[in-house]
Amino acid sequence: MFQQIIGAISVWAIPAFLLGIPIYAAARKVKVYESFVEGAKGGFQMAIRIIPYLVAILVAIGMLRAAGAIDILAAVLDPVLRYVGFPVEILPLAIMRPLSGSGSLGMVTELINVHGPDSFLGRLAATVYGSTETTFYVLAVYFGAVGIRKSRHAVASGLVADFTAIVTAVVLCRLLFM
Amino acid sequence: MLNYIWLAMVVLAVVLGGINGRIQEVTKAAIDSAAGAVTIAIGLIGVMALWLGIVKIAEDAGLMSLLARILTPVLRRLFPGVPAGHPAMGSMTMNIAANMLGLSNAATPLGLKAMEDLEKLNSHPGVATNAMCTFLVMNTSGVQLIPATMISIMAAAGSKDPTVIIGTSIAATFTGLVVGITTVKVLERLSVFSVDRAVKRGA
Repeated sequence: MFQQIIGAISVWAIPAFLLGIPIYAAARKVKVYESFVEGAKGGFQMAIRIIPYLVAILVAIGMLRAAGAIDILAAVLDPVLRYVGFPVEILPLAIMRPLSGSGSLGMVTELINVHGPDSFLGRLAATVYGSTETTFYVLAVYFGAVGIRKSRHAVASGLVADFTAIVTAVVLCRLLFM
Repeated sequence: MLNYIWLAMVVLAVVLGGINGRIQEVTKAAIDSAAGAVTIAIGLIGVMALWLGIVKIAEDAGLMSLLARILTPVLRRLFPGVPAGHPAMGSMTMNIAANMLGLSNAATPLGLKAMEDLEKLNSHPGVATNAMCTFLVMNTSGVQLIPATMISIMAAAGSKDPTVIIGTSIAATFTGLVVGITTVKVLERLSVFSVDRAVKRGA
């Protein structure tokens, strides 16, 4: 039942936006086609504008991954995290999550398949992925779109949010699923 | 800060790649990622145009300013630098709504529209405003009510109860969001992160 409601929401949300907004606008005598085209014009420039920022961030992340930096960082942190009771199996995922969406999606799928979707680790991995975002990608795209080069405190704050979400996920999953 | 982070990432990658004997992979990754970044950006043109078109209809119908007026009392505390009823309030709300519903295709264009609206209030081009940093953290926290991607992966792997992770995900993401916003509000007051300093030096 619950799953059906969720399914219905994700199926109908976009059509609802696409239908609701033009109908409301038409009722207010907006020339919907002309407005749409006028707004859509901006899409091209915006996508082009983010290219340099996206190249910079994705190249750095791609190089780090290829160098094996994530495994090294995981190996360094392993003893410390083991000591505080952090499940080290998900450590590479936790490090990858803010850096790469596709990379962490691959990792979480593997963790779920290896340990089983109904296991503690499977559920924890899914929770970690489901409660965080690819911080560096969002940063490059959002700030790149308006030419922000000096990000001030945004990176630090974003990473603190990710760290908190991951720690909370571990604590909750240990309480509920272990 | 990005200047340091970016430099550190590149240096670390080359040094570790050299030590690990993976320097050729590092080179390949640099080239491939650069090409991949352009593919991603080009791929965004279509959805971007679609949602910016829909947002323009909403704007012309007065929906955005209506949304902005309704949500100003809530958002004003989070974004004190944004005047009441400013279009940024409307576009930020649409972005947050799309994120919560898990509509990432729609959320990014709406978020970029919001960034454009916020940029109109920026007196130092190139430097992030407090409102931009707060908005960014709301997006990087990945707030969504239903982690649909994970549920479908769990289901595909044969889970008996794939929706069990909804509760833990929501709790974790909101805890991250609250702590993230608190951090943003504390850090924006520090002189290390001040706009003046960012204008004068690379931070």
